Amino acid sequence: MKRGLAGYVAVAACAVFFALLPFTLSDYHRGIAAQVALYLIAILGLNVLVGYTGQISIGHSAFMAIGGYTTALMSHYHHTNLVATLPLAFAITFVCGVLLGLPALRLSGVYLALATFALAVSVPQLPLKFSKFTGGSAGISANRIVGNTWLYEVAWSAAAVAFVFTWLLLRGRIGRAFRAVRDSEVAATSSGVTLAIYKTLAFGVSAALAGVAGSLFVLATNGFAQPNEFSVTLSLKILIGAAVAGLGSLWGVVIGAAFIALLPTISASAPLIGSTHGQDVVFGAFVILVMLLLPNGVAGLLLRLSRLRARA
Amino acid sequence: MAELARRLPIPERLLPARPVLLVLVAACIFLTVGSSISTLFAQLTVAGVASGVVFGSLGLALVLIYRATEVINFAQGEMAMACVYFAYQLMLWGLSYWAAFFSTLAIAFVFGVVIQQVVIRPVQHRSVIAVVIVTVGLFILIDGLVEWKWGANQRFMPAPFGNQVYRLGGVPVARQQIGTIVIVLVCVLALWAFFRFTKVGLGMRAGALRPEAARLVGVRTNALLAVGWGLAAVLGAVAGLMTEPSQYVLSPTLMQPVLLYAFAAAVLGGLESPGGALVGGIALGVFLNLIGQYWTFVGSVLQLPVAFAALLLVLLVKPTGLFGHRSVRKV
Repeated sequence: MKRGLAGYVAVAACAVFFALLPFTLSDYHRGIAAQVALYLIAILGLNVLVGYTGQISIGHSAFMAIGGYTTALMSHYHHTNLVATLPLAFAITFVCGVLLGLPALRLSGVYLALATFALAVSVPQLPLKFSKFTGGSAGISANRIVGNTWLYEVAWSAAAVAFVFTWLLLRGRIGRAFRAVRDSEVAATSSGVTLAIYKTLAFGVSAALAGVAGSLFVLATNGFAQPNEFSVTLSLKILIGAAVAGLGSLWGVVIGAAFIALLPTISASAPLIGSTHGQDVVFGAFVILVMLLLPNGVAGLLLRLSRLRARA
Repeated sequence: MAELARRLPIPERLLPARPVLLVLVAACIFLTVGSSISTLFAQLTVAGVASGVVFGSLGLALVLIYRATEVINFAQGEMAMACVYFAYQLMLWGLSYWAAFFSTLAIAFVFGVVIQQVVIRPVQHRSVIAVVIVTVGLFILIDGLVEWKWGANQRFMPAPFGNQVYRLGGVPVARQQIGTIVIVLVCVLALWAFFRFTKVGLGMRAGALRPEAARLVGVRTNALLAVGWGLAAVLGAVAGLMTEPSQYVLSPTLMQPVLLYAFAAAVLGGLESPGGALVGGIALGVFLNLIGQYWTFVGSVLQLPVAFAALLLVLLVKPTGLFGHRSVRKV
């Protein structure tokens, strides 16, 4: 009960912090902070699948692409309100996730990793093939460009909704079923958890969150949806973020998202190497270091700290 | 060695299950018949085999590491790319192609061993996902280091086999393709002999299949894991050096598409089986070439999605790959 209270306080403090933060930031920094929010949503989604249900995916960039193209296409052809495209992206990618989840029932481990990897490589090729409708490699733009303040507000509101949604989903019956599937499929089945339903549900929810993140991703890149923005690298980035945040726990997501959104920007200005190559060197080295030092990510660190305090 | 082999019974399964074998034989017959009818078909098939063996050899490197540690090394392609740059640098310093080639293989071995010892070993006993993330980090790090040292611009390397084209029964075959196929096959055979006939190789097989039992009879599994990473890096280097001439230029993104196909080849073959990776690579190479040419809707843009869709179909029918065997797990 006490731990639960600490959790509410922490979430409320975070909410207040991010609500007040834009007043102290410049326009440029508000744009970057909005990116943190969209990565946060994507990491939440991946965590539901990898951390809670034990199904690996390297295909989340594909779902982000589907979400992103939903926003760009709807806005381009039908002038849909941009905020209204977010739930639409959620719904469409949810269905896509469930559809992918069905064949994924037969695969596990590395084979599932390959299947999702295949999806991540294949989906960015589709806009190239159907370039009349999707603008090909040049991409397609939404009907208006949003400002950074608008983006910040929408992205962080969406992140808050996504966080509460995931939290509520995972703390009850469904979350328990997910964890049971992760820990032992046989034990879960024998206690009445239907694997097929919960695995596909996890895929759907996870993909849906990635889709919303993809919509925001497109809005954050001047409303342009381009195939090469959604390469496998994006999936790997989210996976890194989820691992840094700590799989199987929600408490580290903000730090994980900040890690992948901010580190490349910060390290680009590192005096040591400078330029874009230096950015990769610093980012890669950090990823390895964090994994060596924090095997369970930031969430694991928080857990260890709270245990230390309980003992003291 | 005989003593060790007696105390550690290691199952040896060379051939896949019968239906798979029949499909493979049928595919071979189809390719032979097609090649004898059309010159273009034959040319595409040979080119497909040449690119396929490269996928296969990098796939084999992935399989080597997967068998020992149950982890896919995402940095395998970038390690290979870095090795090609080492070779490039050695040639700039005045070594001949083949001197640089063999020194690069030696450097690659050390490179693999060092990476295993420094960054992989500390996370090895934690979780598979931790090791995977570390290899993803390595991917980014090596990429950054290479771009930092040599720049992202394209470089030109001397070609090992020249640009000669032979005519075999009317079918034009580049010397480059023959050279690639021969070199990769020699490497794979050498590796097979190493695993089959040396004590170190036997120890590595034992360590991969029954780590506890192997350790009990005195196999130094940790040291052998490092050797495994070294050998995988050597195979990767061969794949890299054979990819470079077919691309004509050297750039930091050299091995990224190859890694993709290598991953697919390894999974198609069943991940546990070195022979499977090679067969999977060749199958994939030929399939890609033929589908791109004869199915015009696919062209070059949809080649990748179609190849992966075919792969997924294979996996749905046989979830453990062509050469894989379903392992029974106790709860």
